[in-house]
Amino acid sequence: MFDVNRIREDFPILKEQVHGKPLVYLDNGATTQRPARVVERMSEYYLRYNANVHRGVHYLSNLCTDANERARERARDFIRAASVEEVIFTSGATGGINLVAFSFGEAFVREGDEILVTGMEHHSNIVPWQMLCERKGATLKVLPVLDNGELDMEALSHLLTGRTQLVAVAHVSNVLGTINPVRRVIDAAHAAGACVLVDGAQAVQHLPVDMQELDCDFYVFSAHKMYGPTGVGVLYGRRELLLQMPPWQGGGEMIKEVRFEKTTYNDLPFKFEAGTPDFIGIIGLGEAIDYLSSIGMENVAAHEEALTRHARERLSAIPGLRFHGSSPHASSVISFTLDGVHPLDAATLLDQLGIAIRAGQMCAAPLMQRCGVTAMIRASLAMYNTFQEIDALHDGLLRVVAMLREKR
Amino acid sequence: MKTIKEQEREIIDEFSVYDDWMDKYAYLIELGTALGAMEERFKTDENLIAGCQSRVWLHAESHEGKLYFQADSDAIITKGIAALLVRVFSGQAPREIVEADLDFIDAIGLTSHLSPTRSNGLLSMIKQIKYYAIAYNK
Repeated sequence: MFDVNRIREDFPILKEQVHGKPLVYLDNGATTQRPARVVERMSEYYLRYNANVHRGVHYLSNLCTDANERARERARDFIRAASVEEVIFTSGATGGINLVAFSFGEAFVREGDEILVTGMEHHSNIVPWQMLCERKGATLKVLPVLDNGELDMEALSHLLTGRTQLVAVAHVSNVLGTINPVRRVIDAAHAAGACVLVDGAQAVQHLPVDMQELDCDFYVFSAHKMYGPTGVGVLYGRRELLLQMPPWQGGGEMIKEVRFEKTTYNDLPFKFEAGTPDFIGIIGLGEAIDYLSSIGMENVAAHEEALTRHARERLSAIPGLRFHGSSPHASSVISFTLDGVHPLDAATLLDQLGIAIRAGQMCAAPLMQRCGVTAMIRASLAMYNTFQEIDALHDGLLRVVAMLREKR
Repeated sequence: MKTIKEQEREIIDEFSVYDDWMDKYAYLIELGTALGAMEERFKTDENLIAGCQSRVWLHAESHEGKLYFQADSDAIITKGIAALLVRVFSGQAPREIVEADLDFIDAIGLTSHLSPTRSNGLLSMIKQIKYYAIAYNK
């Protein structure tokens, strides 16, 4: 049975006050909080078991190596990847996308080829592809976003050409909350001979994901947006592709044999993990996955859905409030603007009331232009948020809107 | 004409009547509203200050050895902060502006409440005002 109050007990920070007010944390799309057990697990490894992984023969090194690889198995299971060879630890979703943009680009992208992104991507799923296109003389194309915040799926078939090598698409929009029909994008791309990278940074913490069901070629996510530590993430890659891709970074761990004449590379997944990994962060990610699994992603999704419905209902009663993104297939990310109120002003005043929300471009400048605004307010909800917190946001907004509007 | 220090003293006094930060913000909103709109011809990309989450324009003119500033922002709290800076620095000699060491920001608590200032542009605005002063001081 999902009990939000019991879950809140796991997150000590939720009892904190800011500016003398109880913290209402609604900026989970930027980063979630961590349950104590994740921090405790990491601290335990730092204080009692720390030793570098994969190279030591001594007791502690073996212990950490085992823990690191157990976390990989947990991550594999969490996204239903076929094999741990397909689970590469990165510094985060951004790190994973950059790895693919380089290595896939080296192996498969030639002058005149095309990369297709969508109009709702986060900067980190745009810029690495632009850099790749610049390097290779390839062309970046953009799948448009409809007024309701969904992808223009009709345009997809026209945009996929024989030159399209890769399609990069967000599983869930970090601004609009739209849950994209990625399976349909993947099928269409594969039919056209293109590979697909799915940015799952805003998805894995909200809904179950299954690599076997999705059939994508690459999938990336960050630990810190799913109750794990900062600085760690996962890149899932299809084995046949990873085998054909050159390493991104060189260093220790990623080699088999080093000679000045010729170095041979390690097997998957280590080929793509140069240098000492953040193994304690990885162990923390494993713990976060365990934690999420113990709650059950279906339960998380159900609670967040009810919370989101309540939020959209309450907020829609605020005069002059305009939601951006109205797809019925949406996560608990809610973005809006208020007539006559700058998002930054609203966020500054809400902060005084203890309410943490995001204001600005949300790292998606092209989408802001598409929506015809310079900035938005975003409330992004997590499994530990409550109906009362939504009401606090509603009441807070009424108060700050009154303060800001009466002067104009 | 009051000196920079005198202007600062006045601002500190005005803010001292508010204990609650919501009231201080309400006052900043009032100041931002009172500043009025900047002349459209000065709202150029050249006058746009980089590094703010809201758009902030700052325009400087020199008359008889003194610098005069106009500012505007699409965010009203930011505009209120800009109004304070305009009040402190407008009409001062470039040398005074270059050498000014502001106390009032700390004294009214803006530092702790509005830093890191990337979001509201306070630091960027001061920097830009000082750049103008350095340019006119030559």
